[in-house]
Amino acid sequence: MSVTTTTVAPTKPWVKTPWQRLPSLSLVLLSLIASGIIIEMTPLKGKLGFFLVFVPILTISETILARVKADKKAAQDVLVSSFIWTATFLVFLPIASILVTAIVKGLPGLKPNIFAETMQIISFTDPLDKGGLLHALVGTLYLILLSIAISVPLGILTALYLTEIRGPGSNFIQFIVQAMSGVPSVIAGLFIYSSLILATPLRSSSMLGAFALVILMVPTVTRTSQEVLLLIPNDLREAGLALGATQWKTVAMVVVPAARSGLLTAVILGVARIAGETAPLLFVLGGADGLNWNPFSGNNSALPFYIWKGFLIGLPEAIQRAWTGILILLIVVLILFATARYLGSKNRRKP
Amino acid sequence: MRLRRGHDAAMPALETLPEKRKITTKPRPSDVAFRGIVTTFGLINLLILTLIGSFLLFRGLEVLKNEGFGFLTNQKWDIVPDESGNQPKGMIGLGSMLSGTILISFVALSVALPISVLTALGLNFYAPLRVRSFLVTMIDLMAAFPSILFGMWGFFVLMPSAEYWAMLLHRYFGWIPIFDVPQPFFTRSPFIAGLVLAVMIIPIITSVSREVFSQAPLDRIQAAYALGANKWAMIRAVVLPFGANGVVGGAMLGLGRAFGETVAVFTVLNIVYQTNWDILFGAGGNVASHIVLRWGEAGEYEVKALLAAGFVLFLLTLFVNMIANSIVRATVKKGR
Repeated sequence: MSVTTTTVAPTKPWVKTPWQRLPSLSLVLLSLIASGIIIEMTPLKGKLGFFLVFVPILTISETILARVKADKKAAQDVLVSSFIWTATFLVFLPIASILVTAIVKGLPGLKPNIFAETMQIISFTDPLDKGGLLHALVGTLYLILLSIAISVPLGILTALYLTEIRGPGSNFIQFIVQAMSGVPSVIAGLFIYSSLILATPLRSSSMLGAFALVILMVPTVTRTSQEVLLLIPNDLREAGLALGATQWKTVAMVVVPAARSGLLTAVILGVARIAGETAPLLFVLGGADGLNWNPFSGNNSALPFYIWKGFLIGLPEAIQRAWTGILILLIVVLILFATARYLGSKNRRKP
Repeated sequence: MRLRRGHDAAMPALETLPEKRKITTKPRPSDVAFRGIVTTFGLINLLILTLIGSFLLFRGLEVLKNEGFGFLTNQKWDIVPDESGNQPKGMIGLGSMLSGTILISFVALSVALPISVLTALGLNFYAPLRVRSFLVTMIDLMAAFPSILFGMWGFFVLMPSAEYWAMLLHRYFGWIPIFDVPQPFFTRSPFIAGLVLAVMIIPIITSVSREVFSQAPLDRIQAAYALGANKWAMIRAVVLPFGANGVVGGAMLGLGRAFGETVAVFTVLNIVYQTNWDILFGAGGNVASHIVLRWGEAGEYEVKALLAAGFVLFLLTLFVNMIANSIVRATVKKGR
């Protein structure tokens, strides 16, 4: 007796065959042609006109096709999915436009002298091969370092309070942190001005700028660290306590080391949040045109401040300087963001 | 090592036995210190928030007292001290700026909300897995763009096109009151500022909506599919009822952000001290931009007035944010 065995090859019945794809593909093609003709025939012109004609034609024709082939429900489904794709396109259009604009407009001013010189003896309207933003880079570096020095302990310890202690007030503190994350940046600057500059002999400096930025950075650091700490399995904490460690030792030697890269991500995201803040700096940084190596006194500059100045002057060279400043700021933010992403994905895979 | 230990065990072991640990529920001193320090740092946040409110109120109190309720309703912002250097009452107020802020924010919200919710649905239920993670990264990146970048982009790239769109809107929909303009002047209008703000708040609303939608119970989603629903029917029956509250919360978070945005609005808005509800007309107001605009030349009294304006803005955003956060938290918790 011979048994004939047949192996069943896995099939994917839901994948459309080219033949099944043909109607919708031809619809796209037909709509393209139709909108081209309409654009030619009527006063509607330009990319906007094309978009305004093409999307409705395609949407309506696909809906009608679905209505004819299936039923009303299928037609609704097709209609909604085309709305969804249009919306997604509308979200990514500005992102692409912003990135391209920053690169295209920023590149012409990217000359080696901008990293080596300041605006001490140069005016914003001078030719671009003179002057630079070294002072702004130094100022931004100071702001970032000082903000990290204050917000990292504050943010991470608050997150530890919210995740490890879970005291009676933790719901309330959580609420406060969320409220703080909604404080407008301009308010942070006004607060530092009204509490320190008006009340004490302290005057505009990098330190005061950093104080204002801390208010914006702490909520970001706290909330991200909190999410990371919640991911640490409770088994680890219980194991630490079972081995006779105190809570302090468990947190310091088990929980925090386990969450290390995630906490680093939190700090980097916090820095990315404040690196481009302009509004608070207008009140408390002073805005110098030359290098100021002392972060604790004297006016200083920062990249957003430099960009702001160039934009307000408004003449072609000044605008060009602003765009170049923006490109550099954007690169800084992109690097921070990519690092945070990389660390974050590494952290998520490990436990 | 092992051998020697065994050797030791053979010796009289009485002295080497460690003393029994005392079992106690009293926390160790190190724990007391740890808890104390961490709690203190938690409370510092509360302190900061209280200080922000109280300092702005303290500095602005004189102006608030002078102007009374008129500070919120007066249209003008005229700093005209008399001979003795006192500012006459009733010449400054935030009426036009507050109405402008609300107008711009609602323009932004009405553009951003539908787009964000549809995108969030698309990301959660329509996009293929690989595309999804890329798109989510791009939206997160957009949230990290500096606001001055949005401002400059809005001024140099968006505004020329948006002016043209505003003209078209006016020509074809001018019969609707909000699209009417007193004069054909479309530059730096609330409409354009609203569009820039919309681009800025889209990432927030999208990511909150996405999070809420992703909490929709899987068993109900699968039940809907099992009953023969297609995607839209499933979304309408399961996801939308579940996530509606969260979307409202996300929208309010976006609104809070829009109320407080400074630099991006400043670059694209023509600030005029007169209430204007025609969104296409190039005259608007915004509290945060107003503070930045007047700050440079402000005298002592005006600085106080601007700090009082800051206090009003602080309360406004705090209020909106608190409501938004409690809505979002209630919804997200329900899903778990």
